[in-house]
Amino acid sequence: MLENENHRIAVIGAGPAGISAAVTAAELGIDVDWYDKADQIGGKLNDYYQLFPDRTSAMNVLQEFDNLTGTARIHKHFGKAINHIEKNNGRLVLMSDHETVGSADSVIVATGFDFFDARNKEEFGYGMYNQVITSPELEQKLKTNPDSLKFDGEAPANIAFVHCVGSRDQQIGINYCSRLCCVTGIKQAIEMRELFPSCRVVNFYIDLRAFGSGYEELYREAQEKHQVQFIRGRVSEASENQQHRIVLKAEDTLMGRPLKITVDWVVLLIGMVPSCTQVQVADHQCTDQETGFLKAANAFTGHRLDGQPGIFMAGACGGPMSIPEAAASGKAAATEALQYLINR
Amino acid sequence: MKQYWKDYQKEIADDNYFYVRSCIRQNFFPGAENLFIDILKNKLGKTVFEDAEHTTCTGIGYHTDVVPLETTMTVIARQFALMKEKGYRNMIASCVTSFGLYSEVLDMWKHQPELKEKIAGYLMEATGRTFEEPENMVHASDILYKYRNEIASIAKYKLINKTTGEPLKVVDHIGCHYAKTFPERGVGGSEFPQVLTGLITAWGGQTVDYPERRHCCGFGFRNYLVQPNRGYSISQSKIKLESMKPYEPDLIIANCPGCSMFLDRWQYTLEETEGAVYGTCGNKIPVFTHEELAGLVLGYDPWEIGLQTHQVPVEALLDKIGVEYNPDLKYTDRQGNLIGEPELINQHVC
Repeated sequence: MLENENHRIAVIGAGPAGISAAVTAAELGIDVDWYDKADQIGGKLNDYYQLFPDRTSAMNVLQEFDNLTGTARIHKHFGKAINHIEKNNGRLVLMSDHETVGSADSVIVATGFDFFDARNKEEFGYGMYNQVITSPELEQKLKTNPDSLKFDGEAPANIAFVHCVGSRDQQIGINYCSRLCCVTGIKQAIEMRELFPSCRVVNFYIDLRAFGSGYEELYREAQEKHQVQFIRGRVSEASENQQHRIVLKAEDTLMGRPLKITVDWVVLLIGMVPSCTQVQVADHQCTDQETGFLKAANAFTGHRLDGQPGIFMAGACGGPMSIPEAAASGKAAATEALQYLINR
Repeated sequence: MKQYWKDYQKEIADDNYFYVRSCIRQNFFPGAENLFIDILKNKLGKTVFEDAEHTTCTGIGYHTDVVPLETTMTVIARQFALMKEKGYRNMIASCVTSFGLYSEVLDMWKHQPELKEKIAGYLMEATGRTFEEPENMVHASDILYKYRNEIASIAKYKLINKTTGEPLKVVDHIGCHYAKTFPERGVGGSEFPQVLTGLITAWGGQTVDYPERRHCCGFGFRNYLVQPNRGYSISQSKIKLESMKPYEPDLIIANCPGCSMFLDRWQYTLEETEGAVYGTCGNKIPVFTHEELAGLVLGYDPWEIGLQTHQVPVEALLDKIGVEYNPDLKYTDRQGNLIGEPELINQHVC
């Protein structure tokens, strides 16, 4: 433990990675100045309904996180976005729109990610047709008002999920896989089948990447228990009919046939992109040129940013990551920051 | 429908245009190109020049693999040379396939400057000419889009049903080569193009958004030019027409030679072969080019601008808008001589 009142760590971001980093640093005896652009902790977790793979309530997870943050060593400075870090006499100065808001001996950047703007895949009609929504929007509806998912007051008859929207797509310059969209689509398909048992649910995928613990089991459950239909093929076009239902054209690449389907809802499983509030670190942006996410100096060995002593990254600001992975990343970054202060 | 098309805008030059005609439109809709030039010169006060020496862009030959790419590029370089020689830098293509091909060639030259250099050599060797790329390259429908409000301000008619006062329901169809190759070079992009809907709404009509709006008109070169494939052509047109029928459109507007032609001609064939009609009151749906629609609202005589050459009769629509015309002059030339009258299926009056 580092018993020195002069040592302070700043954590930027209060999502799962930021929470974990702040709590870990405080438990290790360091005072933490904690910043977030929002007024509350949780980040996007506040908007989620249930978490994959075991369908844990997002609010319960958030409450558990919140219970950990009540220590006196954590000093919250919420409602202010940090967008620049400068070095000054060996300390790291935190700036918000050219205004100095604090300083620290070490900084953990945990600014998370943004969702891909589905309007950029205009063939899916997002922003044009009301019945085309994104996976986070469906999450909100499931959480706050499931009745809003009815179509003309009735249970929807057909729902389509479109995988890999803004992910693995050379056309829009996003070549990486966002990793979590597949399992999100599986989970949400099950939820829709449970909510509307008479509804046919179809997932259009390129290939299913159920990589995490319990994900493959959930994929099997979706097919065997809930009769979710998975069709391998990209949707090429969405249009609206007179009843305001969505007509999708796609190719079933296993059958080698084009198909057309009319659905009440289209859910676009949108990928993760670098956060627009991603901190610009001093005069050097430590971002991966290909993806735009922050890049560690050596991803095999830790979370330190290249050429930036004392600055570490945690969570999905470094690339698509699940909540447990982000929390583990925050914890690891906090211990690395402590190690840095001890060795300094 | 929301308005995200505004994200896709393009630069369209104000004046001083070098105009290149289509190789097929003068056969399909013979009044359209002259009408466009007349609107530009005499209604909008613009300078527009067309060179009698310009040729086909080779688009049909290129897309059917009978003209090699380098030959196409050399022919296009020659068009650019003509433009340079006449002192113009803003090119208007009458045909969307020409527009698409010019855009494609310019893009290839941008990414492979050595190819441009090679073509410059070919052009010099063959013709002794040099060329410069246009500063501004647009399609004729882009110009009408740019000046749609000016046209509306001097229009004689609106796209409104004079009896009901309701806006006419207009289907827009955009040629594939307008924006599907380069979405950023089309007003409104490729999925929700605005170039024709802008005209429709500015002139008083309303657009129809129907499920097969983006479906091929049926012209696809290989569908039509290879005779055994022609069944694909008419079946694609049929898919579109069936999809738009429930919306009861008053007319169709298209900015591509092939689209205008096939959506017009195949309606006749479908009625003859299947007895199918897709308009209201047992009528077929009139099909207009962008220039023809502009000419109509500006008050040009329908027979002066060639509307009698359409397969689908236009009179029911003219009556709906209240356009003045003399039915006795439909098949006469300017001297009043009969030019020949086709056998047409009767029109019904609603």
